[in-house]
Amino acid sequence: MTKLLGTREVYGDTLSELGAVNKNIVVLDADLSGSTKTSVFAKKFPDRFFNMGVSEADMMGTAAGLSTCGKIPFASTFAIFASGRAWEQVRQSIAYPKLNVKIVASHGGITVGEDGASHQAIEDIALMRCIPNMTVIMPCDGIETKSVIHEIVKYNGPVYVRVARGKFPVVMPEDYKFSIGKGVVVRNGKDATIIAMGLMVSHAIEAAAMLEKEGLNIRVINMSTIKPIDRDLIIKAAKETGAIITAEEHSIIGGLGEAVAGVVAEEFPVPMKRVGIQDKFGQSGLAEELLAHYGLMPKDIAVAVREVVKKK
Amino acid sequence: METLISEIMTKPDIENLKKWARQLRLDVLMMLNKAKSGHTGGSLSAADIVAALYFYKMRHDPKNTKWEDRDRFVLSKGHAAPIQYAALARCGYFSPKELRTLRKLGSILQGHPDMKCTPGIEVCTGSLGQGLSMANGMALALRLDKKTSRVYALLGDGEVEEGQIWEAAMSAAHYKLDNICAILDFNGFQIDGAVTDVMNVEPLTEKWKAFGWHVLMIDGHDMEQIIHALDEAETIKGQPTMIIARTVKGKGVSIFEGKYQYHGVPPSDEELKKSLEELGVSAEGWPERLVE
Repeated sequence: MTKLLGTREVYGDTLSELGAVNKNIVVLDADLSGSTKTSVFAKKFPDRFFNMGVSEADMMGTAAGLSTCGKIPFASTFAIFASGRAWEQVRQSIAYPKLNVKIVASHGGITVGEDGASHQAIEDIALMRCIPNMTVIMPCDGIETKSVIHEIVKYNGPVYVRVARGKFPVVMPEDYKFSIGKGVVVRNGKDATIIAMGLMVSHAIEAAAMLEKEGLNIRVINMSTIKPIDRDLIIKAAKETGAIITAEEHSIIGGLGEAVAGVVAEEFPVPMKRVGIQDKFGQSGLAEELLAHYGLMPKDIAVAVREVVKKK
Repeated sequence: METLISEIMTKPDIENLKKWARQLRLDVLMMLNKAKSGHTGGSLSAADIVAALYFYKMRHDPKNTKWEDRDRFVLSKGHAAPIQYAALARCGYFSPKELRTLRKLGSILQGHPDMKCTPGIEVCTGSLGQGLSMANGMALALRLDKKTSRVYALLGDGEVEEGQIWEAAMSAAHYKLDNICAILDFNGFQIDGAVTDVMNVEPLTEKWKAFGWHVLMIDGHDMEQIIHALDEAETIKGQPTMIIARTVKGKGVSIFEGKYQYHGVPPSDEELKKSLEELGVSAEGWPERLVE
């Protein structure tokens, strides 16, 4: 049985560990601290935790102000509100002046499940990626989440991190160290490359295992930094495997797939296909049901791989 | 309910502050005429308040812009950037010669305040409604660090139509940020017309009080009232202070006064000439030469 870890739980724990060491870390939430897990930090360091109530725009602005005085603010809420409701505050007050604010947004993607489309951010990566100065990260599991949170504290500038509601299978080894802007080959192969983010990394590995039985040798890349994207790793994959499939729990518009396609088209065009949400809103349902409904299961990735390999 | 200004200030040099306000008005008119774009009315209405802050109230050091104990100023109504640029230049943050470059490619003086370009600017504003939240963030950080520094935020009356202002108003009161002093430049006009016609924001005093603020009402062109209100705000504990300053859009130049049409229009050469005559100041030697 694969080990499961919640990325938001790991976020909450890591944040409170770091808070003990780094007194400049302050945390803001918009009335969702129980869900984003910033409540763990709040209990330990109540004087450095600010619940801003249901006001995401104000939260982002307040975080910006705190950072100008040397604090390292972590602002958390659901991904749809962090990236959507407060988009212009993030652009104007945080990214434009390149302030040291870390936005860690939970409940990204459709695996939010039962709450339905209103709470399922399928556009957040696109919205954050198009803002200059912004770094965009989605860890693939709990181990990577911990390393991501450690690394973004060392980096001076605005960062958007998407974590999820559900628990993800552990993919990365215990001693793994994340570095901003570096993708990781999690499975070697020569016939095609699946470049994935978040939960889709484990699905891509499963897809590759299925395809192995058909004689296809598939490379899998965990592209946890969506911006700045690891161009070299993408170009290498295009050159060495001649086919690229992207997989993301996000709209195919503006997300990882388009980021990868931009590099492939400019640097080394090869056949490509984007697995993701096909320009549709989500709906209520169990996470597993939704992943199947929107074509994000390992078998769906395998279908895309077979299709692209034929075009080589 | 208004809080009355009872004491008469004797300490600050009122005449000197008035002279600085005149200097800032001259600078604004000259800058905007040279830039051929920008916001005249809302820069002039804030001139006396900005002069009182930079030349009297705020503890700041133009030679040490990142001094940790400085008071902070956030121009939430960022389109009035020229008035802040004039104050910064005259305080010595940068050469007054830079005022000639407003809104030009590569200038340190962007169309709206930019902390990355201009010494003395604390945040990036210009998109209305965001400054008060940032000021609150600074106030929280300063309190955490046990600093006595204060944060001043200048808001526009059209600006308070933005919902985020009221989110920030709640936050400042909730966190009892008595190191915050907001000033509302209540000039009565926004770009499309009178505030009462476009989107009425009244009753402002009652609104801010209801949101938990200590509210002072003043004439925003009466230097004594301005400095007294700023001094009084510093004595208020346990809640933030809002100074609602009744002002005249375009104050000081009759052709612009009370005219929303000049919200975002710079003075033409002819208008500049008339304006300077009315203010009793000369363009000669600008920007090096100071007003008498």
